[in-house]
Amino acid sequence: MKRYWNEYQKEIADDHFFYERSCIRQTFFAGSETTFLRILREELDKDICDNPHQHTCTGIGYHSDVVPFETTMTVVARLFSLMTECGYKNFVPSCVTSFGVFTEMMAKWEENPALKEQARQYLWEACKREFEVPENIVHSSDIIFKFREELKPKMRYQLVNRFTGRPLRVVEHIGCHYAKIFPHHGVGKAEFPYVLAGMIESWGGEVVDYPERRHCCGFGFRQYLVQENRGYSIANTKKKFESMEPYEPDFILTNCPGCAMFLDKWQYTIAEMEHKTYDQAGYGIPVLTYEELTGLLLGYDPWEMGMQLHQVQVDRLLDKIGVAYKPEEKYLGVGGKLLPTPLKPEILKQ
Amino acid sequence: MGKLIDMIRQDVRFGDSLKACMNCGVCTAICPAAEFYDYDPRRICDTVQRGDEDEIERLLTSDTIWYCGQCLSCKTRCPRGNVAGELIQVLRSVAQKMGYYRSSEKGRQQEQLMKGIGQNILEIGYCVHPDRVDPAYHPEQGPVWEWYHDHIADVAPRLGANYHGDGAGALRNIAQEDLDEVRRIFEVTGGMELRNYVLPTEEKDNE
Ligand code: SF4
Ligand code: SF4
Repeated sequence: MKRYWNEYQKEIADDHFFYERSCIRQTFFAGSETTFLRILREELDKDICDNPHQHTCTGIGYHSDVVPFETTMTVVARLFSLMTECGYKNFVPSCVTSFGVFTEMMAKWEENPALKEQARQYLWEACKREFEVPENIVHSSDIIFKFREELKPKMRYQLVNRFTGRPLRVVEHIGCHYAKIFPHHGVGKAEFPYVLAGMIESWGGEVVDYPERRHCCGFGFRQYLVQENRGYSIANTKKKFESMEPYEPDFILTNCPGCAMFLDKWQYTIAEMEHKTYDQAGYGIPVLTYEELTGLLLGYDPWEMGMQLHQVQVDRLLDKIGVAYKPEEKYLGVGGKLLPTPLKPEILKQ
Repeated sequence: MGKLIDMIRQDVRFGDSLKACMNCGVCTAICPAAEFYDYDPRRICDTVQRGDEDEIERLLTSDTIWYCGQCLSCKTRCPRGNVAGELIQVLRSVAQKMGYYRSSEKGRQQEQLMKGIGQNILEIGYCVHPDRVDPAYHPEQGPVWEWYHDHIADVAPRLGANYHGDGAGALRNIAQEDLDEVRRIFEVTGGMELRNYVLPTEEKDNE
């Protein structure tokens, strides 16, 4: 097959990043953000700013239509002003929804300079602040992609099944707003995104293609956030699981925190509702963030990264990779505090 | 108030969202909402393109515009460069400005969203935060989420998070001065006006 992604590679800055945290990643995968910063600082020796004055980009509210365009645009301008104030030019959102929002505002300003001027006026009136547009904007997964070969020699493990010696089979899922809105902002563009596939291939795994690979995870903003609408969300996720099931993937890898959460939690819900799991053994298919995967291969403790917070358990995958971990420490609190363990689902094996 | 089609055209997003639709249906073919609901983005583009006021009013007062999941898969594939999902944002904005959202069951859900996400943004500076993902309202999150929710003060520090702490880090409290600036932005740009209009009255009374 022709490898279209080779034809397009976007520019990813080399150093000095301004990190914009994600509401969803902090909520469900706080350890992934810690891991990302650790990899950049300790493994790659990069400078990355974690500014205390940042806040939501409002993206979830914007796409749920409770925040007007002009408001989101000006909140984005404030976040850019924090970057400007600290002397940074390379903006790195952790969230894929935010990445879509930032790139949308930058595109609108580019084609309509009067709108950028309006954003400047609004921001000045509201906050007495000024901003510059980032010189380089990439999603945080792009940075790990860029340095994947540099990270490889530091890794303790590979994506190889230690029982069979064969590459692990990985399904990747790219958040819709990573490249479907502005394809040129995605590594490999929208149809052949290579940001996660590149990591998987570099680190010894095999990327599994399947028919619904590009289908949305099913989030749908108001289609999940309003309880009565959740049928939309689970039905679309189910469509993906059914499509990937025959290929027997060892795990799913995502770059969007929302997708990671839905692909994990909906497997539990479907198992409890329909007694159906998408692996043969009844444990479900583990779902990893790209930060967790990178950290695992580098030898980081899975529980310090928060992998115990997944509903589909990762332990069997850790065994396949050969990761040394301590099962007895999985549900400890800080300082080794003993905590009760989570209740077990009825159907989904743990 | 002018004609609806004029309000739609005045939105800064309109020009990007609808150039010239040739009714090919490619957007509908890949649309996740079209698979789940009786929803057809091609017909939405067509209705707006025809500009018939009565038809547009029917659309804005119906459930239809609230079915889109904002995945924006339609943007990638439209051969004419239209963005049905962005046109939907414009239509929803007009439906809220005109009060039409109250005419449909799905439209009225905006009140819940304003009460949840809208208030989260102003009160704590996050769209979503673990304190506000209540297991009772989120049974689909499963028992591990419930465990985390119950023990987050003990677990979050282990993950390097700064849960309810000051300064930088994941899940930190966002400082009042920063929340104040966000609120000022909402006041200056129309965010507060929309919020006050859509937020259920009992919520406003609670403040
Ligand atoms: S953005 Fe809306 S209209 Fe477009 S494909 Fe997604 S659900 Fe369908
Ligand atoms: S894909 Fe584009 S041109 Fe075709 S029906 Fe949809 S909006 Fe119209």
